[in-house]
Amino acid sequence: MTELLLPMLAQTSFTEYKAIFLMQGFAGLSLFSVFLLMSLGLAIIFGQMRVINMAHGEFLTLGAYVTAMFSHYVEANHVGFMPYFFPFAVAGAFVATFIVGWLVEWSLIRYLYQRPLDTLLATWGVSMVMQEGFRQLFGARETSATLPEWLMGSWAPTEDIDIPLNGLLMLGMAIGMMALVYVLLYRSRWGMRVRATTLNRAMAGAVGINTKMTDRVTFALGCGLAGVAGAGFTTIGSVSPTAGQAYIVDTFIVVVFGGAGSLIGTLISAFTIGQAQSILEFFLSGVLAKVVVLVTVIVLLMIRPQGLIAAKVRR
Amino acid sequence: MGNQSTYALGVEHLTVSFDGFKAVDDLTFYVDYDEVRVVIGPNGAGKTTLLDLICGKTKATGGSVMFKNHEVLGKAEQNIVKMGISRKFQTPSVYPKLTVFENLELSYPKGRTVFGSLFFARSPAIVERVEEVASEIYLKDLLHTQAELLSHGQKQWLEIGMLLIADPQMVMLDEPVAGMSVRERQQTAELLGRICKGRVVLVIEHDMNFVREIAHKVTVMHQGKLLAEGSMDEVQNNEKVIEVYLGH
Amino acid sequence: MNRFYQVFLGGRSGAIGLAVLAALLLIVFPMALDVFRLNLVARYLSYAFVAIGLVVCWGHGGILSLGQGVFWGLGGYCLAAFLKLEAARNIALEATSDQMRALTTVGLPDFMDWNQITVLPWFWVPFKSFPATVLLVFVVPTVIAFILGTAIFKRRVAGVYFAIITQALAWIMEMYFVTRQGWTGGINGITDLRTMLGWDIRSTNAQYKLYFATSILLLGCIVLCRAVLRSKLGRLLVALRDEEDRVRFSGYDSANIKRFAFVFASGISALGGAMFVLNYGFMSPKLITIEPSIYMVIYCAVGGRMSLIGAVYGTLLVNYGRTYFSEQFPAMWYFLMGSVFIAVTRFFPNGMAGIYDDYIVTGFNRLGGHLRASRGRAPSPDAGIQINPGIQSPGN
Repeated sequence: MTELLLPMLAQTSFTEYKAIFLMQGFAGLSLFSVFLLMSLGLAIIFGQMRVINMAHGEFLTLGAYVTAMFSHYVEANHVGFMPYFFPFAVAGAFVATFIVGWLVEWSLIRYLYQRPLDTLLATWGVSMVMQEGFRQLFGARETSATLPEWLMGSWAPTEDIDIPLNGLLMLGMAIGMMALVYVLLYRSRWGMRVRATTLNRAMAGAVGINTKMTDRVTFALGCGLAGVAGAGFTTIGSVSPTAGQAYIVDTFIVVVFGGAGSLIGTLISAFTIGQAQSILEFFLSGVLAKVVVLVTVIVLLMIRPQGLIAAKVRR
Repeated sequence: MGNQSTYALGVEHLTVSFDGFKAVDDLTFYVDYDEVRVVIGPNGAGKTTLLDLICGKTKATGGSVMFKNHEVLGKAEQNIVKMGISRKFQTPSVYPKLTVFENLELSYPKGRTVFGSLFFARSPAIVERVEEVASEIYLKDLLHTQAELLSHGQKQWLEIGMLLIADPQMVMLDEPVAGMSVRERQQTAELLGRICKGRVVLVIEHDMNFVREIAHKVTVMHQGKLLAEGSMDEVQNNEKVIEVYLGH
Repeated sequence: MNRFYQVFLGGRSGAIGLAVLAALLLIVFPMALDVFRLNLVARYLSYAFVAIGLVVCWGHGGILSLGQGVFWGLGGYCLAAFLKLEAARNIALEATSDQMRALTTVGLPDFMDWNQITVLPWFWVPFKSFPATVLLVFVVPTVIAFILGTAIFKRRVAGVYFAIITQALAWIMEMYFVTRQGWTGGINGITDLRTMLGWDIRSTNAQYKLYFATSILLLGCIVLCRAVLRSKLGRLLVALRDEEDRVRFSGYDSANIKRFAFVFASGISALGGAMFVLNYGFMSPKLITIEPSIYMVIYCAVGGRMSLIGAVYGTLLVNYGRTYFSEQFPAMWYFLMGSVFIAVTRFFPNGMAGIYDDYIVTGFNRLGGHLRASRGRAPSPDAGIQINPGIQSPGN
C-alpha cells in the first residue's frame, strides 16, 4: 500500500495538488460538517460528563428520518411550502432528538455515571433498540428527503471551482451550531452550570445547582445536535436504519483526538480528519483512505493521549 | 538553612504552576530523621499538592526535593515508593473488594513485577508480618473482613498499615484523623508515636489538638508559600499565622 | 470440620462448578445432540474463549476491549492460512487435467490466483510449517496486544478511550482485510479448508473429535485463568480496577500488570479463533469486526464478568438464543439483544453468575454462617476472596 502511495504522492505536481485540494477539499466540506456536528454533540456529552453515547449515530438517523418524513408530508400536502420547509424540519429534528435524548438520560444514563464502561454497553443496547425501531417504523430500505429546488445545484465563484450548495448549507449549519454551542457554554447561565458541574460536582451541588437536571439537559442537547446533523445529512445522502453507524467510530476518534472537553479541539480535529480522508480518497480507494487516516490518528493518540488541546486540570 | 545532607528530607524552591496559578510557590523547608513534621494551613494552601509533588503524582515545574541525598522529582511513582517514600491519601484508598489481610499482603514489598506477582507464594513469614502490622493498626480481629465494610477510621488505619508493611523510611499522611472519633484520634496519635521511630513522618492535619499531641515541629503554608515554621507554641503565637487563620 | 468449610467456600464450589460444566460439555451434550448441533456448540465454545479472557482483563482488571474479535480473528486467520496452503497443495496435486493444472499454481491459494499473484507473499511462507503456525497463532495476536498495551497503558490512557480505540481497531482490521483480496481472501475470507496434516477435518468423525478437543481446551483455559486469578496478580488486577493510584503507590508498575492481563486475554482469544477455523472450515472479516466483538463482550457480561464458568454459560445461552430466535423472529431478537445489553448493565452487572451468587449461594451461606459464627472462626487466607453478597469468587 505504501509502495503505491508514496510514489503517487511524489509524482503529483504542484498545480495538480492545488486542483486536488480544491476539488476534494470542497467535497470534503460536507463530510467535515457532518463530523463537526456529530462530534460537537458527542464532545459535549463526553467532555462534560465522561459518558460515551454509542447510540449517537442513531440520533443522527432519527433527525434524518424526521426531516425526510416532514419533507414527504409537505410535498404531499402543501407543495407550495416546499422552499421554506427546511428550517422547520431542522427545528423538528432538534426537538425530536432532544426529547428522546432526555428520556434516555432520565431512564438509563443517570444510573450509570459511576460506571463509564458500562455506559458504553448500555448505550450500544439503546442503539440496537433504536435501529430496530427505525426498521419497524420506516422499513429497512433507504428513504430520501425531498429537497427544495434551491438546495440542488451549485455555486461557481470562478470557472474552475464548483461548490455544491448543499455542502455549503451543511457547512453553514455546522459552523452556526458550533457558534451557538460556544455561546451557550461560555456565555449563558446554563453553560456556567455545566462547567461548574464538570469541574466540581459536589461543590456545584452544594451551591444549589441542580446537577442532575444539568446533566439531563446536556445529554439531551448533545443528542439534539446529532439530530441537526441528521437533518443536514439528508441533503447529502439517503436515510436508512443504519445510516448513523457509518459515522460513529469516526466521530469517537474525532472527539478523542480533539481532546474531549475542548470545542476548538473538536473543530480542528473534525476538519483535519475529514479533509485528510477526503484528500486521500483521491489517491487510494475510499476504504483504504479511511484506514490510513484512522491508523495515523491512533498512532498520534498514543504519542499524545490527551488529544490536540488538553485541559490542564489538577487530577 | 542547614547543610543539606544532615537532613532526611530537603525541599528547595519547590514550585508548581497550573496554567499560571502557583499552587506551590518557591517552597523551602527541611525535615530531620525521626521527626514528625506537621504541615498546617488553610484550605487551598497547597498542602496536598505538596505531597502530590513529593510522591510523584504531580509534576513540579521548578525546584528540588532531596530524600536522603537522592533527588525525588522526575521519578515515576513506583520508583519513589521503592526509594522508601509512602503516602496516604486524604480519602482512604484501600482496595474495597479485598479483605484486610489481602490489602496488607498486596502492599508487602515482594513480588512487585508481573511474573513476581504471578508466582508469589504466601509464605508463613509473610502471614506473620501481616498479622504483626494488623495488630499495630488495631485491626487484628478484622483480618478477613472486606475492606469496604470497615468504618471510616478503620480504613484510615488500614491504609496506614499498608504503608507500614513496606517498612518505609518516610511516611506522608494526608489528614489521617479526618472523620475519626475522639477515641480513634487518641489511638492514631499513639500509632504515629510508635511509627516515627527511625522514620520521617510528614503529616497534613487540621485538628489542632491532634497536631499538638504528635508534632515535633510545625510548618504553616499559605497560598503555596511557607508562612511560618517552629514548634506548635511558636506557630500558634505567630502574628502572621493568626491573621491568616482568623483574619479574612 | 473447619477445613471442610474453608474448602467449601473457596476451592470446593469452584471445583463443583467446573465439574458440572465438564459433565455438560463432555457427557450431556454429546449424548443429547447430533453431530450438526454439536458442531454448532463447538462454534459457541470458540467464542467462549474470548469471554473467559474478558473475565480476566475486563471483569477483574477493568480493561474493556471492544475489539477482541481482532485477536480471535488473527488466531483464526493464522491457522486458516496453514490449512489453506495445505488444501492448495492438494488441489494442485489432484488436478485432473492439464487445463486445470495450468490454472492452479501449486501451493497457492485460489484467491491469489484470482488476483494475479504468482508468488506466495513472504508473510505467508511461515504458514507452510505446522509448528511455525501453532507458534504464530499465539505470537501474532499477543505481540500486537503487547504493542497496543504498552503504547496505551504506559501513557495512562483512560479506560473509555482504550475501549474506543480497540473498537476502531476492529473496524480497521476488517476494512483492511477486505481490501487485501490477494493476501487475505478479501471479503470472503479464507474458505474451502479441507485437511489438517492429512486429516480430513470435514468428516463427521473429525467433527466429533474437534468438538471434544475444543471443549477440553476450553476447560483447560478455565483452569489456567483460575490459577492466574487466584495468584497475587489476580488480586492486583482487582485492586488496580478499583484503586489504580494506590497500587502504583504501593510500588507496582500498574501499566505492566494491565498489559499482561490484556495480552493474556488476547492469547486465549486467539486459541478460540483457531478452534473456530478447525470446527467450521473458514474465517472471514465479517467475523472479526465491531459487532461480533461487542457480542463477545455481551457473552461475558450476561454470564457474569467476574465468573469464568458464568462466561461460558453466558456464551452458550446468548448464542443459542441467537441461532434459534434470530431466524424466527429477527425483529424481536434485535430488540431483545438491545434490552439485554441495557438490563445487564443497569440491573445485573455481575450477570447470571451474580444472580446465582446473590440468591442461591447467599442462601447456603446463611445456613453455613450460623454454624460458623457459633465457632467464632473465619476461613483461612487460602480460601481466597470471601464470598459476599454481590461479589463473585474469582475464577468460579
